[in-house]
Amino acid sequence: MDFFFQLPWWLIVTSLAKTIFLIFLVVLPMVSYTVYAERRVSALIQDRLGPNRTGFPLTLLGFKKDFSPGLGGLGQPIADAVKFLLKEDFVPGHVNKLYFWLAPCLAMMPAIVTLAAIPFGSYLFGEKMVVADINVGLLFMFAISSVGVYGIVLAGWSSNSKYPFLGGIRSTSQMISYELAMGLSAVPVLLICGSTGLGAITDYQVREGWLLVPFTDGGLSLREVLLWIPLVLAFITFSISMFAETNRLPFDLPESETELVAGYHTEYSSMKFALFFLGEYTAMIAGSALIVVLFLGGWHLPLIPNGANQGGLEFLHAIPAWIWGIVNITVFFAKVAVLLFIFIWVRWTLPRFRFDQLMKLGWLYLFEIALVNIFLTAGILAFTK
Amino acid sequence: MAYVVPRPNLTWKEKIYLPSIVAGLAITIKHLKRMLFGQTKVVMQYPEEKWDSHMPDHYRGAPTLVKDEHGRERCVACQLCEFICPPRCIAIKPGEIPAESRFAKVEKYPEEFSIDMTRCIYCGMCEEVCPEQAIFLRKDYSITGTTRGALMHDKARLYELGGVFTGLVHKWNPKK
Amino acid sequence: MSTETAAPVQMVNVQIDGVWHQFPKGTRVIEACSQAQKFIPRYCYHPKLSSPGNCRMCLVEMGMPKMTPDRKPVIGADGKPEIGWIPRPQISCAQDVAEGMGIRTDSPMVQDCRKGVMEFLLINHPLDCPICDQAGECRLQEFSVEYGQAHSRFLEPKVKKPKNVELGPRVTLDAERCILCTRCIRFMNEVAKDDVIGILDRGSFSTIACHPGRILDNNYSLNTVDICPVGALTNTDFRFKMRVWFLKETKTIDINCGTGSNIVVGSRENTIYRITPRENNEVNGVWLPDSHRLNFKWVNDPKRLQQPLVKSQPVDWRTATAIAAEILKSKTSSEVWLVASGRATNEELFLTTRLIDALEIQKQHDIIPRQGEADGLLIAADRNPNTTGAKLLGVSAKDPGSRLKRLVEGVRSGAIKVVVTLGEDLTKAGLNETDLAKLEAIIALDVLPNRTTPYATVLLPGSAWIEKRGSMINLKGRLQRLNRGAAAPGEARDDWEILRDLIHGISGSNGLYMIEDLFKAMAADVPEFGGLSLSKIGDLGLPVIKEKPAAEPAEAVI
Repeated sequence: MDFFFQLPWWLIVTSLAKTIFLIFLVVLPMVSYTVYAERRVSALIQDRLGPNRTGFPLTLLGFKKDFSPGLGGLGQPIADAVKFLLKEDFVPGHVNKLYFWLAPCLAMMPAIVTLAAIPFGSYLFGEKMVVADINVGLLFMFAISSVGVYGIVLAGWSSNSKYPFLGGIRSTSQMISYELAMGLSAVPVLLICGSTGLGAITDYQVREGWLLVPFTDGGLSLREVLLWIPLVLAFITFSISMFAETNRLPFDLPESETELVAGYHTEYSSMKFALFFLGEYTAMIAGSALIVVLFLGGWHLPLIPNGANQGGLEFLHAIPAWIWGIVNITVFFAKVAVLLFIFIWVRWTLPRFRFDQLMKLGWLYLFEIALVNIFLTAGILAFTK
Repeated sequence: MAYVVPRPNLTWKEKIYLPSIVAGLAITIKHLKRMLFGQTKVVMQYPEEKWDSHMPDHYRGAPTLVKDEHGRERCVACQLCEFICPPRCIAIKPGEIPAESRFAKVEKYPEEFSIDMTRCIYCGMCEEVCPEQAIFLRKDYSITGTTRGALMHDKARLYELGGVFTGLVHKWNPKK
Repeated sequence: MSTETAAPVQMVNVQIDGVWHQFPKGTRVIEACSQAQKFIPRYCYHPKLSSPGNCRMCLVEMGMPKMTPDRKPVIGADGKPEIGWIPRPQISCAQDVAEGMGIRTDSPMVQDCRKGVMEFLLINHPLDCPICDQAGECRLQEFSVEYGQAHSRFLEPKVKKPKNVELGPRVTLDAERCILCTRCIRFMNEVAKDDVIGILDRGSFSTIACHPGRILDNNYSLNTVDICPVGALTNTDFRFKMRVWFLKETKTIDINCGTGSNIVVGSRENTIYRITPRENNEVNGVWLPDSHRLNFKWVNDPKRLQQPLVKSQPVDWRTATAIAAEILKSKTSSEVWLVASGRATNEELFLTTRLIDALEIQKQHDIIPRQGEADGLLIAADRNPNTTGAKLLGVSAKDPGSRLKRLVEGVRSGAIKVVVTLGEDLTKAGLNETDLAKLEAIIALDVLPNRTTPYATVLLPGSAWIEKRGSMINLKGRLQRLNRGAAAPGEARDDWEILRDLIHGISGSNGLYMIEDLFKAMAADVPEFGGLSLSKIGDLGLPVIKEKPAAEPAEAVI
């Protein structure tokens, strides 16, 4: 505790401000609108319309007509939230109460905590746009996101019912299997950038060009072209592992509705169910953000200066720096949004894997590819030094 | 006896899956694009658009009871509809028509007749089975209510929806 | 009809639809055809009544063997006599089989005849099936579908006849539906021996009616409704109450007297609507007295006991049986008396003996006898349905009710402090209400409130006869089975389960969970039931006591 009180007050205030800004103003709305996007995009893919008419049910309060402000379905997430809050929070009699309550928190919290290490912008008013710019950012994210599996395992186990239990077991083996491939496929990035700090990785990409799109710094060297091969492989294995880590289709075996009712959250209702739901989408956002940081240059857009008016085109420096700070943040979230769209798009295209196929893919292919990829990268790095 | 399911021999391109995944993604994005640009026809948007005007004659809406041109309830409580009803939503309590009534010859009438519209599946079997042409499926399709009780159509409500139907059944007319 | 007589029965060869069969001499042609799986439609014919042959529905083509001039049958190529067919159809109900007789039950002529007869029968029929109580079990409907035609060629106005006529307090007549088969007239004449109905008027206007100054109030009048093949005679009590196709039909026995008539109970959603007799030629034939068949309203009485009560306070079953067991355990055996019921099943009486053993009481138990007047037909003087079983299992005294005066004396002297009554009103045992108030505790099991129940310390709601399974022995010593046709109301339970829990509370577990187990345990103890099980009893029962009990036998004439 002493350490905490010795911290300078402004550090605490800015960290708190960033945390609150990030969680309540960015992540939670983003989560709910990701859910909305999921519903709309799935509808459009299936030639439907999706939720497009949410209004205010004033007739419930005695008015003659409901009020529909013409926002289409944009009010839907709010309605969903209200619904979740007002639903009966039912705890079945046969569950282990402590873990039954703990599980949803464990599903939601790690997903939010991982966001702390994500640099979602450059600078704003001289402040680095990251909650905790730690130099082991990537390891931190892997470590914390693994804790998320406890939420699912505990939910499955404490529900004391067969389908949640099967869901929990599947989830455990799946997450453990794919964590390996995910960690290994990120190693080439670390080799190239020479740091596990996510800020440092972003800085490297601002300097040398995005890892996946190496010409964004204005030129291509032989080294970049050679490194591009292992990086594309790393990107593919990392993304596939990310799908599996977030339990998204085609890897949603823990909750596969057609087999397990709803998997680990079968027995949950109301806000506890919503926490699982939000946790899944938060993990999805965190995963997308990580891909953006590792492979797509983070907040960086070519020719645009950062929040301290450095880099980019010279004549843009005339505009106040904080505008570029905001532009950087927007660019970051725009990249994340594109990735989220891909997540959704994939979900509504691909069928679910069989469990043995899932295990085979994880252990026999992704793991090996990621491992070989490390040596390939190292070799190229040594060769082009 | 064991039967070995023949598996197709896949080429390496098929084995790495990725081309077919991309093909799948292309199909779904095509649908999304068509929806976005209004090239796909979507279903009728119900509360704003209604199809009342082009509803076919054989449309099966809410089941109702009818009276004949003399004001007699056509239903004689034979309970065949109650028997045939697949979701068992009809409940009838038969009663005897008092001797002083002008329809005393019919002898029997439904003292209570209720259709539970939360259960009704609009199959029309009650109409088909009715030997007295007393129950008809009319075109009321928007049967809504804010309570279960409101969807429990009792006799009064059923006659209100059904109204009068002339002709067809003459056997209860007095004999010469 | 009986084929079990010692004298050798002469068999005759009869050809039915081309196949040769053998029947005992004296068999009616219609019965012979039935035995050969060739059903012949009939309205007026009833196996228990005489055959007037007036409905003409059972017409068949008949033939006798062709005779050579020297009166020898002509033998055909197949070695069987050749048959000379009679060109006119014959009624099969009034004819006995004869040697070499040939019958065609489905020839074009027979089909034509049936169609014609159906058309004539339906000429004046009002076609009011939607309101007719017979619909669903109506021979007119069935045969019209099977043998008749869909349309009517009759254009003239139909004859108007009296409708909704009260023939008697329990029977309603609709003369327009009547086909004048005279089954009802013959029943009243031949079986009930009370000739009150006949046919009035002539031709198309013929009508069933009571003789002048008489009404159909015989105690067997509702049997006319049963045998009426159409909806002319209907049960006034059942009239318009429920359609027959909704009724769940449960085969069980009547409990209003020691005869144990076999019945079918028609119920829907735990409400009993009617009771009809079931054929059992060893017990009641196909008949049932009105007084017995209408005595079921109490089963659906809203006053039925539905909740176990301790000192008039509702409690759950566990508490109620625990308190009852506690009361019984706290008394010495000389302070306890047990009144069982002759209406209880053998299974309950067997458990009662176990309870008696557990309480270690001796000769302090009996049943309450019920005596009425025997009517010489189906009503026995003993109105308890299972006196024989109570005697066999030793719950009742040799002479039922003879120990009850000891109960009265004991209660009045204060020697008896606790009385257990299993389905009986103690005031019928000779105790008055002051005596009941004086008792320390009364443990009562019953289905309806009576004069004892307000005084009951522990009141256990039991089941009515139609709500339980079990067996009873009638006065002729026939073991018959009860079946469950409805569920007991509220929290009321099966009597045997209550007794089991009570015994459990007093002396520990007895491992009985199903009525079948209970019967098995009883069969192991009682030699008369040896080797039997509930399912082996069958629908018609089995004689278990060979010699007739000393009680007066119910001499049924049927």
